[in-house]
Amino acid sequence: MPATPVQGVAGIAPGGRRRKPMSGAWRKRAEIAFFVTPALALFLMFVIWPIITAVQMSLFKWTGIGPLVDFVGLKNYVTVLTDELFTDALRHNLIIVVGSILLQLPLGLGLALLLNRKLWGQSILRTIIFVPYVLAEVIAGVVWGALLVPQYGTIDALAAALHIPTPEQGFLGTPDLALWTVLFVLTWKYLGLAVILFLAGLQGIPDELYEAAALDGASWWQVQRRITFPLMGPTIRTWAFLSMIGSLQVFDMVWILTKGGPAGATTTMATYLIAQGTQASNFGIAGAASVILFVIALFFAVVYQQLVLKRDTQPDTPKRKRSQREKAK
Amino acid sequence: MATQTLSGHRVEQSLRPSRRFDLRPSTAIVYFVALVVVALTLGPVLYGVLGGFRTNAAIAESPAGMPDPFVLDNYLGVLQNPDFWRYALNSSGIALITTALVVVFGVMAAYPLARYEFKGREGLFMVFVVGLLFPAAVAIIPLFILITQNFHLGNTWIGIALPQAAFALPTTVVILRPFLMSLPKELEEASQLDGTSRIGFFWRILLPLSGPGMVTVGVLAFVGSWNAYLLPLLLLGPENKTLPLGVADFSSEHSADTAGVFAFTSLAMIPALVFFLAMQKRIVNGLQGAVKG
Repeated sequence: MPATPVQGVAGIAPGGRRRKPMSGAWRKRAEIAFFVTPALALFLMFVIWPIITAVQMSLFKWTGIGPLVDFVGLKNYVTVLTDELFTDALRHNLIIVVGSILLQLPLGLGLALLLNRKLWGQSILRTIIFVPYVLAEVIAGVVWGALLVPQYGTIDALAAALHIPTPEQGFLGTPDLALWTVLFVLTWKYLGLAVILFLAGLQGIPDELYEAAALDGASWWQVQRRITFPLMGPTIRTWAFLSMIGSLQVFDMVWILTKGGPAGATTTMATYLIAQGTQASNFGIAGAASVILFVIALFFAVVYQQLVLKRDTQPDTPKRKRSQREKAK
Repeated sequence: MATQTLSGHRVEQSLRPSRRFDLRPSTAIVYFVALVVVALTLGPVLYGVLGGFRTNAAIAESPAGMPDPFVLDNYLGVLQNPDFWRYALNSSGIALITTALVVVFGVMAAYPLARYEFKGREGLFMVFVVGLLFPAAVAIIPLFILITQNFHLGNTWIGIALPQAAFALPTTVVILRPFLMSLPKELEEASQLDGTSRIGFFWRILLPLSGPGMVTVGVLAFVGSWNAYLLPLLLLGPENKTLPLGVADFSSEHSADTAGVFAFTSLAMIPALVFFLAMQKRIVNGLQGAVKG
């Protein structure tokens, strides 16, 4: 995010009051404190502090009652990392991270390219595509849960009418299929967001580039490869980042559709730690799982920032080449 | 209501020489694909809404059928259900408090971050940006303990609204800061010449001008709160449930009453959908603005 420093008013504004050495500076500090403190206090108290507490909690054996006395060091971490249910959960999260990007990127980009032209009812189309994103995950989950009821649900009934065999336990009840079904529903819900963001990216590409390419006789595919995809880079990379962080903390949809079952087949890190905390009262275990989830999210973010987003600070895109060309004129 | 980008101003499409672009898929194919997408997207939602007008017998008989007989009983049953209205009231109250906190604190924090020069400004901004990385699930168990045992705010509206607002602040600051930066510097200089203090500038000029930005972050905060599940699930008792909790409970308690579940779910959907349609441009602009950074 480029931050263009705004010229400070103090002492620079033409005709403005000159900065008084002490009182003015103190006044300014007081103003800054006044404006920033409420938000900062709220943020530190309800975001940062709980995360620190999670670290503390993870070092104790604690059932949520009384003081933290039973210090166990890193034992909870060992327990979590050797718990097959948790390592499975981590694997499921990674499948959702990769699966979401592999599914939504081509679909979203394709749809954005299709919709980025004069169409009758274009705005209605965009609205419709965006609807699932606005629904609560719980509501989407309940509706899909009803559709996916084994044998009697609409999906199975439609399949039966078309003589397509469906699993006896239903898509959500069959361990090998449950996670893929959850991934499908998540894709249904979040594809609209990808399309909307990609459309914004497409509309940010200057039309002159396409005109120039047309004059040069470029094919449709060449235009996409040489202009659209490179210039969409920053948008896609930011979207992928948001998608990744979201996928790592999937909870609502899984909790509603399967509660993490059948037999742990759809457990995610978030459902694991909630189950440990609320159902088993193993707050130490839940704390350790929280910290591990946090470290993984941070690791992803930092690595992604270093490897992928860094390029956006010095984009070597046609845009830049163009500006150099223009400078050369 | 085509969603224009923030940069607005598009060159007329007709300027593009189109003969070269005949390689593009034809309009007929585009419409076909669009129709398929619409069917897949809206299908489940419409199915739920229509399912509310059907009888359970009919749904069991032909799951994919239309409402025949067309009955209003399910919807009337939900509308006469005092629980439903209580859930809706709780959802509204919590969402309004959350939104107010986010907008007021967010615009206050964004002002110095956007228009003051001071040491540590970028560092302070980064504190909020880092908040974007924190999965809410990480903090959820400690939050539960903090709110219920330390503040004794479990089972209250404010007890949910405070942490929700805190988690919405990073997005808010990230969206509002560039917005406030983009207001012309001359405004500030002119108001200075007229002898207005920086606080006066904030009240008289900046706030009125930042209406659109505040509406955007307000809408995002409201929708986020309205749809929230995990935090209310842990913090709210049975009598203070929000709509998502109500929907989840109703669907598991009345799993045999499919039509009733559909009616309950559809009615719970309506406020968010209406709100979204009314504020669509704002939501989209806000999200696009966030991605553009």
